[in-house]
Amino acid sequence: MPGCAAAAPDSRVRARVLIRPKQGILDAQGQTVERALPALGFEGVSNVRIGRLIELEVEDPARIREMCERLLANPLIEDYEVSLEER
Amino acid sequence: MKFGVVRFPGSCDEHDALLACRRFADAELLWHGERDLKGVDAVVIPGGFSYGDYLRVGAIARFSPVMEAVGEWAAAGGPVLGICNGFQVLCEAGLLPGALLVNAELRFLCRQVDVEVVNAETPFTSTCDPGERLSVPVKHTTGRYFAPELELDELERSGQVVLRYLPGQNPNGSRRDIAGVTNRAGNVLGLMPHPEHAVDALTGSTDGARIFESLASLTPA
Amino acid sequence: MTDKLMRAERTSGNEEEARSLGLTAQEHHRIVDLLGREPNGVELAVFSLMWSEHCSYKHSRKLLRRLPTEGAHVVMGPGENAGAVDVGDGLCVAFKVESHNHPSAVEPFQGAATGVGGIVRDVFAVGARPIALLDSLRFGELDSSRSRYLFSGAVAGIGHYGNSIGVATVGGEIYFEPAYESNCLVNAMCVGLAPRERLIRSAAAGEGNQLVLLGALTGRDGIGGASVLASAQLDVGDPSKRPSVQIGDPFEEKKLLECSLELLERGLLRSLQDLGAAGLSSSASEMASKGAVGIDLDVARVPLREQGMEAFEIMVSESQERMLCVVEPERLGHVLGVCAHWEVRATTIGEVTGSGRLRVLERGHVVGDMPVTALVDDCPLYDLAPAPPTARVYPDPPRRLPDAGSAADTLLALLASPNIASKRFAYEQYDSIVGSRTVRRPGTADAAVLTLAGDGGSGALAVAIDGNGRRVACDPYTGAIEAVLECARNLACVGAEPLGLTNCLNFGNPEKPHVAWQLERAVDGLAAACRALMVPVVGGNVSLYNESDEGPIYPTPVVGMVGRLADPALAPGIGLREPGHAIALVGPFAPALAGSELERLRGRMADGLAEVDLEAQARAIVALREAVATGGIASAHDISDGGLACALAECVLDGGIGARVELEALAATVGGEEATLFGEGAGGVLVSGPIEALQPLSETGELLWLGEAGGEALELRMGADSLSLSMSQVRAAYERGIPDRFS
Repeated sequence: MPGCAAAAPDSRVRARVLIRPKQGILDAQGQTVERALPALGFEGVSNVRIGRLIELEVEDPARIREMCERLLANPLIEDYEVSLEER
Repeated sequence: MKFGVVRFPGSCDEHDALLACRRFADAELLWHGERDLKGVDAVVIPGGFSYGDYLRVGAIARFSPVMEAVGEWAAAGGPVLGICNGFQVLCEAGLLPGALLVNAELRFLCRQVDVEVVNAETPFTSTCDPGERLSVPVKHTTGRYFAPELELDELERSGQVVLRYLPGQNPNGSRRDIAGVTNRAGNVLGLMPHPEHAVDALTGSTDGARIFESLASLTPA
Repeated sequence: MTDKLMRAERTSGNEEEARSLGLTAQEHHRIVDLLGREPNGVELAVFSLMWSEHCSYKHSRKLLRRLPTEGAHVVMGPGENAGAVDVGDGLCVAFKVESHNHPSAVEPFQGAATGVGGIVRDVFAVGARPIALLDSLRFGELDSSRSRYLFSGAVAGIGHYGNSIGVATVGGEIYFEPAYESNCLVNAMCVGLAPRERLIRSAAAGEGNQLVLLGALTGRDGIGGASVLASAQLDVGDPSKRPSVQIGDPFEEKKLLECSLELLERGLLRSLQDLGAAGLSSSASEMASKGAVGIDLDVARVPLREQGMEAFEIMVSESQERMLCVVEPERLGHVLGVCAHWEVRATTIGEVTGSGRLRVLERGHVVGDMPVTALVDDCPLYDLAPAPPTARVYPDPPRRLPDAGSAADTLLALLASPNIASKRFAYEQYDSIVGSRTVRRPGTADAAVLTLAGDGGSGALAVAIDGNGRRVACDPYTGAIEAVLECARNLACVGAEPLGLTNCLNFGNPEKPHVAWQLERAVDGLAAACRALMVPVVGGNVSLYNESDEGPIYPTPVVGMVGRLADPALAPGIGLREPGHAIALVGPFAPALAGSELERLRGRMADGLAEVDLEAQARAIVALREAVATGGIASAHDISDGGLACALAECVLDGGIGARVELEALAATVGGEEATLFGEGAGGVLVSGPIEALQPLSETGELLWLGEAGGEALELRMGADSLSLSMSQVRAAYERGIPDRFS
């Protein structure tokens, strides 16, 4: 996995998982925000999508994918993206 | 005949489901932490906010010990009725196709709606006539049914769409106005409306009784 | 010992520190006298909260003694977490209303949500299972984006919390007036049910018994909440006065609720108290005070959510979803077992002593030591110095309607006015049916009706909540009387006899003579009405200092009542039921335009309201209740905002059946067409049904036949003049009134 931490005295790695509704799923919250921005004077905004951020510290970053598949995301309706903190 | 009503931390309508079931047969609560289904003939997963709807609705409840037993029971053909949060848990558990998304209006909505019985041949609708209209309440924030288009076509073809909101009555933006679906084998039903809140003329309509009557009339396993 | 206390963190010794925490110089001196020395930092923090207005009621306690609190059905009167009345069959109903005004103005979603959380805890703290919620909300007018934000936030917050814990929200009221623009009101009422034996009081007892903290971790939520927030005027431009707002976790509350009720069912607790304003300080002090005992508690044993919290912070934290209980040592293991089953954190943090003192320890060292009586009983009580206002207190409301207009146009404008228009936008966000008890859902009847059949009771409960700040501003004494009468009349409309009343007094700064005058007159009005109806006050809440630079809110006493009826199947809703049914007006009813919604839309407030004949109104309420309870009356609807025409429109819309009524006779006694159609005042109920069913009411001499149900239109005739509107026109105005303000 990119950005894997080298073994260190504290071998825990900080990871961030970004979860977004899949393209094609109606993102009602994203659309609402997109409609609300112009009313506040912010023009030129499009493609607003609203998702979730999960931050965690893990000993074995290789297992994050599985965590996403099984619990953190619902693959039927959500995409996820994992990034690990450079050490 | 005995119903088993599952109770998670955060379940709210388990007593309502119990009261409704008891009008037609015996019923008892099944605690989430135990794998024991206590020899019931049908399992009901009730409405509420199991685990506070944390992470995603139903995402955590689906991993509880009782759900392992329910999975085995369903695989063996046992009837399972998932109401509202129960529907959400069954989708997360993979026992039903599709997923429930937040309502199109982004708000919780509590309202009496009319649904049509699309498939009257299921264990849940056997006492209904095809096309019969049932008046039942909905009360949820996350009830917009979703599945990919091709899958929806398949659900329609195979009679897995069991209940549909009448035109103009879809409260949440569900694809194809779908209110309730079964699995392929037809022994697991999930629906967003609350039939347990439509069994007593004093508090509303009695159309929901159909579903419990249908289940109660099944020959015990 | 005294030296150690003096050296405790943040030792203070001067008035400035006391003043910054909201204490006056005299109060500070009194504390020094009671302690026999200067208070240290922990003690000063605890005193400042226990002696704050919100906790001590120091400006209102004397006045509240004027309210009648005795009644044949009263099981628990004011002073406990909630009041309770006997409803027969071994069942009791516990209920109370509470405000969460200031937090809601800062963060409406969480403010309203935690308001619900707090009042629910008060009800299960006495051992009752919460079965219903009602809320009384007031905001500025909806053309203000801030008021739209507060309104939608509060409604969403109430729904979020109430729905998540599975307690049905069955009723409420919502008003929009400029006087609430800077100070919104969020009053939440909870009703609970308990078998008589399960009711429990909060007095700590039994030396050596353990003090156990249940529920959520303790953080810095709302630090300084009760003193800094509740007792101060809201100053929009002062960010330093924005302490951390309490965040509610309804899932935690649901677990705590089920756990607490099971502990009580099994008889495992000696006493129970919820943690609300001022957190551990007030709960521990009040438990000790009621039991005339002492409490030792060690803050180091309190499970924390944040690092490095100081002792005083732990004592005053308002973290939500926590309860305190007293457990006999031999029962402790069992208690911990039940808590583990429900995944509720349970920690022994102290014990009951015979010292009569609240001792705060930190890892065994005493960091605070105060006599309990000093904290609870010796708080100085103040006499108000009321004086009638010498100048106008409130500006005229903005003018939105011309003085002359056709009756039809005026009616449509009133129906579309947010104070009258359909509140569907709000109540459809609430689960009103969980629990399977709701016989009459929001919007369909004048009071919520909840059957007791599933709980082993016979009959049903009726619950309503009412208030009208603007009319109380016009006339505090009469306005308050009207609020109580309206609530009782709403109960009578479903055939229920009131058993008890709870009230929330929302007022401005009582140190100002004209506000003190409003408060005193309103309390006198409440007392007079309660006596005339023979309904005792079993508990309530006071929220003062609801004031900004623009001035005080309208004086707003909010009244909640619980009653009982024998047969819920006979409880009428407001909607006309069958074409051909007779429609009649039940009096006495003397409508006038003064203080009405119509006058408000025309930019006018009244100075004084017509006196109310309390005895006649009380008799009428009893007669109505008995007639309804006998059965046969198809619909009953109290006339309030917008007058008779608006009430009739609501009857038509809910029933889906038109109406034709003749008002000439009424207009002759009222003296004015507009007053007849749109006038407001005490009394006045529209009933419908077969003529025989209404006959008994006509024998009281107070019934006026108006016409009959039928057709597709709303027709009101006054001799030659008439007003006719199609049902769809009426529906459009009524249903669009609030949603249109958001587009």
